[in-house]
Amino acid sequence: MDIKIQAKHLNLFYGTKHALKDVDLDIKKNAITAFIGPSGCGKSTFLKTLNRMNDYVKNVKITGEVTLDKENIYDSRVDTTILRKKVGMVFQQPNPFPMSIYDNVAYGPRIHGIKNKKQLDDIVERSLKAAALYDEVADRLHTSALGLSGGQQQRLCIARCLAVEPEVILLDEPTSALDPISTLKIEELLMELKQKYTIAIVTHNMQQASRIADYTAFFLVGEMVEYGKTNDVFSMPKDKRTEDYITGRFG
Amino acid sequence: MENSLFNKKSRISDKILNILIQFSTLISVSLLVVIIGYICIRGIPCFRFDYLINTTSILKNTVGILPNIINTIYIILLTLIIAGPIGIGGAIYLNEYATNKKIVEIISFTTEVLAGIPSIIYGLFGMLFFGNLFNLSYSILTGALTLSIMVLPIISRNTQVALEAVPKSYREAALGIGATKWYMIRTVLLPSAIPGVLTGVILAMGRIVAESAALLFTAGSVSALPINIFSHIFSSGGTLTIQLYLEMAKAHYEVAFVIALVLIIIVLALNFIAKWISQKFDVNKVG
Repeated sequence: MDIKIQAKHLNLFYGTKHALKDVDLDIKKNAITAFIGPSGCGKSTFLKTLNRMNDYVKNVKITGEVTLDKENIYDSRVDTTILRKKVGMVFQQPNPFPMSIYDNVAYGPRIHGIKNKKQLDDIVERSLKAAALYDEVADRLHTSALGLSGGQQQRLCIARCLAVEPEVILLDEPTSALDPISTLKIEELLMELKQKYTIAIVTHNMQQASRIADYTAFFLVGEMVEYGKTNDVFSMPKDKRTEDYITGRFG
Repeated sequence: MENSLFNKKSRISDKILNILIQFSTLISVSLLVVIIGYICIRGIPCFRFDYLINTTSILKNTVGILPNIINTIYIILLTLIIAGPIGIGGAIYLNEYATNKKIVEIISFTTEVLAGIPSIIYGLFGMLFFGNLFNLSYSILTGALTLSIMVLPIISRNTQVALEAVPKSYREAALGIGATKWYMIRTVLLPSAIPGVLTGVILAMGRIVAESAALLFTAGSVSALPINIFSHIFSSGGTLTIQLYLEMAKAHYEVAFVIALVLIIIVLALNFIAKWISQKFDVNKVG
């Protein structure tokens, strides 16, 4: 399968703290790749390096390379606006803007210069449908997004992300703040979205990783310990530490 | 039955404290009521609609505060036009762009000190700096420039607090979807911060309306109607508070109380508007 994103010898330092240690990892196109590991293992940090959200953290130093379709995203010529249009992100806490549902979804397209009302209407409808939210909100598109339930808000954030037609979607523990039914809905949604998009998801929930991910990477204190097909990682881990973690001996 | 739930102890210290707290509340509320009441009682009987539409003139034998009302409006608007963009812009810079936290801290501290300086000192500085050095002499512009320096801390401090209160997740969401920093500030941060920013602006307006010491030697005390809407800013103009001071100095208590009444109404109105605006523009409320 094609490789969409490739990290090569990626190191990240927060000040003097070595948060990612020489990570090599390929993310395959049209698949779901899960990053698992205990808190503080670097899985979220790694995810954020993939669309340069670490740029806004102070005293961060990154060495090595991350390529998207063979282009180094840390090259000084990179326009982060275009990068983030291609690589969208959904966060742990649903974070809709304090605007209407419609304006939330239209936010991204507007950044990228789409002003035509008809065109925006289409994008909003299409994105909400793709995020399996349209039927629930069709009659109240112009009411505040803050009135939605947590699960709906998270699907709205996915819709907002889809509205700019990304190629990759990064999700940072997207269901950890949600109830089981909302979680299930989002998992089903991701399974469907991978037909069109490349998906990378951080999760602390190993069942979730085994349910939805095609590939799984296990992180421990900044190191990428093991990476492979999800089935292999869970059924016959090569590394003792992976085995200890997935059998619940620590973490 | 020592263990019984019904063994309620009466705690004397609690009761005393309770009474003291109620008493303090009563004093602060009644002070406000007494002051406003006193001004109403003294002001309303003297109040004549004439005052609001006339100029004080010995020739025409009229008494009125229309020029002072107009001057007050001029000073408010002009000060806000000058201090608003600078204060809000400065706060945005300090909060969102400035990278050297040490310098930001020093600036924030200086701003707070600035807010505590007695206003007569601003008057002295304004008179010498804007009035003499820039040759604006006694004018509404000199007054407005002086007050701008005075209210700048109020506006910028409130804006900063409002910006700080915007959840980090909004910033992440906007930047994560490809917004540039300025686009994010314009479309997400500022709309969320508007109630706080407006609170600062309205507090500043209150300060401007109430100011007299800093205006006496900058805007002066002339009480004449504008001849030209624009050039009026270059002429001396006394606000309501200045006129109040002058009337008291001449022992014209009738007019003084009428002015006091008008001032109180303006201040109350500003406060109600502030409340209304911050509720109306609160994007974080649902519905």
